[in-house]
Amino acid sequence: MNYLKKTDVVVIGGGIVGSAVLRELSKYKLDCLLLEKEPDLCLGTTKANSAILHAGFDAPVGSLKAYTNVEGNKLYHQLERELGLDIKWTGSLVVATTEEEELTLKELLARGRANKVEGLQILSREEVLEQEPNLTSARSALWAPSAGVIWPFGACLAFAQCAVQNGAEVWRNCPVTGFIKEDGAIKGVVTPKGVIACRYAVNAAGVYADRIARLAGDDSFTITPRKGEYILFDKTACSSLVYGVVFPCPNKKSKGILVCTTCHGNTFIGPNANEQTDKEDTSVSAQGMDEIIAAAKKLVPDLPLGQAITQFAGLRAAASGSGDFIIGNSDKVVGLYHAAGIQSPGLTAAPSIAQLLARTIATESGAEEKPDFKAEVAVQPCFNRLSDKAKAELIAKDSRYGRVICRCETVTEGEIAAAIHAPIGALTVDGVKRRTRAGMGRCQGGFCGPRVTQLLAKELGITVPEVLKEKNGSYLYIPKKGGEA
Amino acid sequence: MKTYDVIIIGGGPGGLTAAYSARENGAESVLVLERDRELGGILQQCIHNGFGLHRFKEELTGPGYAQKCIDLIKDEPEIECRTDSMVLNIEADKTVTAVSPDLGLFKVQGRTVILTMGCRERTRGAIRIPGTRPAGVFTAGAAQRMVNMEGYLPGKKIVILGSGDIGLIMARRLSLEGCQVVACLEICPFSNGLTRNIVQCLNDFDIPLYLSHTIVKINGDARVTGVTVAKVDEKMRPIPGTEFELDCDTVMLSVGLIPENELSKGLNIRLHPLTAGPVVDQHRETSQKGFFAAGNVVHVHDLVDFVSDEAEIAGKFAALAARGLLSEPTKTVTVQPTAGVRTCVPQILHLNEEGETLQLFLRVAAPRRKCKLVLKSGGKVVGSKFLPVAKPSEMITVTLPAAKCADLQEVLEVGLEGGL
Repeated sequence: MNYLKKTDVVVIGGGIVGSAVLRELSKYKLDCLLLEKEPDLCLGTTKANSAILHAGFDAPVGSLKAYTNVEGNKLYHQLERELGLDIKWTGSLVVATTEEEELTLKELLARGRANKVEGLQILSREEVLEQEPNLTSARSALWAPSAGVIWPFGACLAFAQCAVQNGAEVWRNCPVTGFIKEDGAIKGVVTPKGVIACRYAVNAAGVYADRIARLAGDDSFTITPRKGEYILFDKTACSSLVYGVVFPCPNKKSKGILVCTTCHGNTFIGPNANEQTDKEDTSVSAQGMDEIIAAAKKLVPDLPLGQAITQFAGLRAAASGSGDFIIGNSDKVVGLYHAAGIQSPGLTAAPSIAQLLARTIATESGAEEKPDFKAEVAVQPCFNRLSDKAKAELIAKDSRYGRVICRCETVTEGEIAAAIHAPIGALTVDGVKRRTRAGMGRCQGGFCGPRVTQLLAKELGITVPEVLKEKNGSYLYIPKKGGEA
Repeated sequence: MKTYDVIIIGGGPGGLTAAYSARENGAESVLVLERDRELGGILQQCIHNGFGLHRFKEELTGPGYAQKCIDLIKDEPEIECRTDSMVLNIEADKTVTAVSPDLGLFKVQGRTVILTMGCRERTRGAIRIPGTRPAGVFTAGAAQRMVNMEGYLPGKKIVILGSGDIGLIMARRLSLEGCQVVACLEICPFSNGLTRNIVQCLNDFDIPLYLSHTIVKINGDARVTGVTVAKVDEKMRPIPGTEFELDCDTVMLSVGLIPENELSKGLNIRLHPLTAGPVVDQHRETSQKGFFAAGNVVHVHDLVDFVSDEAEIAGKFAALAARGLLSEPTKTVTVQPTAGVRTCVPQILHLNEEGETLQLFLRVAAPRRKCKLVLKSGGKVVGSKFLPVAKPSEMITVTLPAAKCADLQEVLEVGLEGGL
């Protein structure tokens, strides 16, 4: 057979889990390649979620969810330093508004302690109001100081960039359409670009993990997408909402509809939880928005809905069976490793899941650790956060940092150009947005959208009509008659 | 740090007129900071005509009007303009921090500051339109910039949501470019644009206007493929069963403008909940002494001519304040919109013994015909004006002579009487 490429490990899926796995694997003397079907990384569940680093009191004692959550949370402290991740360690509150819910808090406290979550305590109504004055319906709350909020796109890209710096490869626009097997063992993966020979495949395909497993001959689980819708508010809304992470008491399906800050100071409400069969449908519905507004009002009665800046929905990858994460080697296919059913708290758990899988594959293959693994990546400057002196120095070095393109988030041309030319650089308008925040502010790209489009055309050497918003086919502008082709 | 009598934030028609007026009224040094690559503001992308009928008594295009404003100041060495300069911060002591590619990060200080930042467009997210999030959803102004300044079209088959003026202008513009404008949808039972724009931009091009209709869903995966439309009830809620589909590749939003007051908020300037702009007195001074504001940052205007009028006032009094010539008021009057009037600028009057001619700019809450605008204070009618037509989309002005100032009590009520 003609192989396009030969590698040791193929990681399928470029979400937070796939990227984290790739970085962990790049610590070993293994050739690794990550394949992402979309034009950019983090376009699945990693794109649209609550962005919380959970403390770990929710998951059942002894579950993989519980273990990887608590471990992952700890690992992010080190990763924050190494990769310059955007994290705010806010802590989190679970609010009880009825006597019955106060009993649930006690259960959560006991479970959290059994899961080895540190610092948990029950706060009185007065103590809650001191932290969050708008939680007027609170009776008491469970305080988890180890929780935080993270910039998921930044983390996903930083993991992948670090891996690339250590020799791994990332291919975008490259779906896996089949496997080559011999005697029940993986020998390669099939893609539209060609066949890639490999010894191991990691299935981190999110809502498609069941399809990937079936392609390889493993039908042991199915993934049902569970949609969660969100409403995001302007940064100016936090004083009317909350400053941290606030959960209601959990129900059977999910942790409930929360009112929550982001690491850049926006606030959101959501998500609800509705199962669907479609693995792509991330539309938002009027009923869904009504549902989350009604639920959020139970926590904060006076929602500043006039300050909403966008709505979005994400799909959780919920696996059949016990509901626990599926991590480890397939029982049916030799060389296939799953990181499947990674719903919440997957973002938190990703570094721990990655360690488990990478260690397993390293042991299996006998690969040694690389002596020269570089854990850090160069962090691009974020103009808005620099001191006046540092801003002046940066503009003196490169005048493009003196031209503000996104006015709402103060993102400069210099940052956008850097994001386009970085390893795994931005190829689309939304790709620029996820790397720089250009277009994430209150005007939602009204001012900067056309300018970012033109910068992409210039920096990538393509025409404006060739610039995409996100997916293939998502063109933004067409030429005028008789104009530039 | 370089200091100026007056620093103006924003070089659109408001900022430029204010600069000229400040200079005319004795300001010795004026600085205009503009974030775009050229002066003139949003007018530069408004290549249609219809500007300047009130102020210049001639019909100008947007760039034509902008050029008139630029010409006002171009031979004034005491007026300095810096383009490509974005203001990052303003301190209460009127220190302004800005950046530009040429000057880097720089700080300047004003004796007074005039805020003329204009407004931005309301977005899809602000009005929570359900559906998917494909490419092809634009605000009308963003599309206008691409068509008129950069030479690209947003799509071929367009549905417009909202009957604001920019949307109507773009309906005509895109029709002339060979695009098919399928429909214009308006959630209100009345149109929100100028009558002349409904006639010239929709009717003349056979574009249907659906009043009391809205988009209930945007469809399409990568690119917009269509919208689901429904009729709305009197509370603007979609009526189940009235839905229909319109095929299109582009959704263009013209659903309102929001004064851009992030810098004002940073200065703790008091904002009005309905105009979303600073509360100002008749001199256009805000709640923070020495900070003035004019144009769309104060309240959204229909005609740029009124922006210039207002900026002239702000420029004059900012200059007088910088020179220490603005006398302390002896009387404060609150302007109170009542029956039928939604907003009125100025919201406060700071008067002294001499009195001064006052011009009020107001918007009504709902359309009305053949009614009377009545100004009352202390139970006494102090002024009135007959209005053949009063529409929310059109700004109404009324002047109160200086002699009437003596009659004003604590509150000046502005309301409509009679009419259909």
